Amino acid sequence: MSIGESVHLENVTMRFGDFTAVDDVSLEIEAGEFFSFLGPSGCGKTTILRMISGFNEPSAGRVLIGGRDMRGSGPNRRPTALIFQNLALFPLMPVWENVAFGLEMRGMARSARRRRAEELLDLVALGNAGDKRVADLSGGQRQRVAIARALAVEPKVMLLDEPLSALDLKLRQHMRAELRAIQKRTGVTFIYITHDQGEALTMSDRIAVMSRGRLEQVARPDAVYNEPATPFAASFVGEANIFQGRVVGLSAEEVEIETDLGRMRARNGGDLRQGDRAMLFVRPERSSIALGGDGGRIEAELVEMEFEGSFINLRLRAPNRQPIMVQMANDGGLGEMARMASVPVSFAARAAIALPEGELAHQ
Amino acid sequence: MQALVARYGGPITALMIFTSLVWVLGLLLLPQLTMIDYSFRPALPLAEIGGPKDVYTLENYTFLFGNAGFLTIFAKTIWSSILVTIAAFAICYPLAYYLARGTSIGRARLLIVALIIPYWINEILRTFAWMLILARGGLINMALMELGVIDQPIVFLGQTPTIVLGMVYAYVLFMVFPIYNVLDTLDKAQVEAARDLGAPWWCIHWRIALPHAKPGIAVGCISTFMLAAGSYAVPTILGGPQSRWFTEVIYSQFFEGMNWNRGAAFAFLLLLVCVTFIVIMMRLFRVSLGEVAK
Ligand SMILES: Nc1ncnc2c1ncn2[C@@H]1O[C@H](COP(=O)(O)OP(=O)(O)OP(=O)(O)O)[C@@H](O)[C@H]1O
Ligand SMILES: [Mg+2]
Repeated sequence: MSIGESVHLENVTMRFGDFTAVDDVSLEIEAGEFFSFLGPSGCGKTTILRMISGFNEPSAGRVLIGGRDMRGSGPNRRPTALIFQNLALFPLMPVWENVAFGLEMRGMARSARRRRAEELLDLVALGNAGDKRVADLSGGQRQRVAIARALAVEPKVMLLDEPLSALDLKLRQHMRAELRAIQKRTGVTFIYITHDQGEALTMSDRIAVMSRGRLEQVARPDAVYNEPATPFAASFVGEANIFQGRVVGLSAEEVEIETDLGRMRARNGGDLRQGDRAMLFVRPERSSIALGGDGGRIEAELVEMEFEGSFINLRLRAPNRQPIMVQMANDGGLGEMARMASVPVSFAARAAIALPEGELAHQ
Repeated sequence: MQALVARYGGPITALMIFTSLVWVLGLLLLPQLTMIDYSFRPALPLAEIGGPKDVYTLENYTFLFGNAGFLTIFAKTIWSSILVTIAAFAICYPLAYYLARGTSIGRARLLIVALIIPYWINEILRTFAWMLILARGGLINMALMELGVIDQPIVFLGQTPTIVLGMVYAYVLFMVFPIYNVLDTLDKAQVEAARDLGAPWWCIHWRIALPHAKPGIAVGCISTFMLAAGSYAVPTILGGPQSRWFTEVIYSQFFEGMNWNRGAAFAFLLLLVCVTFIVIMMRLFRVSLGEVAK
């Protein structure tokens, strides 16, 4: 099987008329990496993928695959295979001919093609579906045919455009694991598009968070979650309580911020200086119902309790009516809290991160 | 049926069924059956109709196969109609593909309107326009003579190729639109997927676009062939004694030879050929009658 190649984007920009869909994106995706683009609808994910696969040429900048400049090479001459958002299987061909289509284009003899197609169908656990019609397959099976069809041409880079979005939750989780396993087994570079953050976090080696055609952050999943680089990344990935204010104190690692709800402390995530406008982010599971906490403390009013089994989501309201979320482990002591008129919410400075004020994701 | 009664009530349903039956039986089936009946009887003077000589016979049919002149015209009509169909397809497939896939929606609409406008003019007038262009002293001959390319006018009219040309022109729309309609439903992602897997452009047509367009091609070919084989105006206007069309022969049997029986037999043979053509096309393109009717 083929081994992956690296993909470099150098100051890539894509304009449609006077609309800039992708704005000066630079990125190095390593060979054999599982790399995801995560961002809201319309942020330019598909456009980036189409530039890598060769369907669109960038208005400015370069795309390099395996170190070679791809300008002027059409999609049929790049070592990439694209799995389309709607899969785009060929409905008039039986399953095996779909899988063998790329080999047919490379002039492989019919019997050899058929054999190779069967091997690939085995790989995606569809061993006996070769003669079926595409229309007779289930959603997940079609998905796997699309993967086998793309693998058949032995691409160095596999491009996947939200391939699981049409599947139901259960199948989606199953296919995530399967895709990841196929990627590991083949060593092909996978570039994966999704607007489902859970998908990006569980599958990827690295994630690029995008907004309006720009990269917000490129990092490992845990880093994106724990060390968001921008307010957009912090609010798009996962839930966060957000407090706005002005920097009033600086120490080696931490900043002190004056907010509507009093002074708060957090890690300095973005080179904040005295007097800067700042946003403080803290995850619900790192906030707690307690008196301690050197980051901040808010007397909040309990609005709702969502019992989720192993944990509990608390929806609260701060004195300035700002909603606050706290997620806590289920330790059996719930009843008492429900009777309290006001609940102390606090968090540790280590658990919170402060960033220069910026745009938030709408969720 | 019950649904109809539930929806419109008994009397209206009865009326609908009655009128449909009158339409199908009285206006379509009965006249055709009468013609078929005619075709198997000898042509007799009025007095002898129903008499002892009025028996069923095949002689109207065998007459055609015994008459070299008519037989040639019959064969040539079919062969030329096939040519018209092939030529129309060769012109219309690229055109339809361009309209459906190769251009913006606005541009495609404009082109479609431009295609339809000539068809607002009556077929006979359109064909006359060709006559003016192709005549002895017509546009083409005048231009060529002016330019000194030729010194004697070329005789276009009365030649079979001219009729084929005229028919292709007269019937292209019946080929373009069925093909355009199916190609319009071809998912752009399929074409791109094929390209991504390494298919050159002709292969995309051969393996993806043409198979997808099959029902439309079948409909287009059937309509064009039937119109060409049954055409009367074009061969009459653009043709001459050497380029007679079988429809003209049928016409002359009916109204010049006053031999309705032979005319009916000839017409029935032409109908048979057309039906055979439909069946062959449907086999060839593996489409069902339901798909064609769409
Ligand atoms: N061919 C085009 N012409 C004009 N605008 C385009 C074209 N292709 C994309 N765009 C615009 O570029 C922007 C980014 O589109 P893109 O398809 O890359 O979004 P996306 O991130 O893939 O969104 P989604 O998650 O909804 O698929 C959109 O605003 C879209 O309207
Ligand atoms: Mg997209």
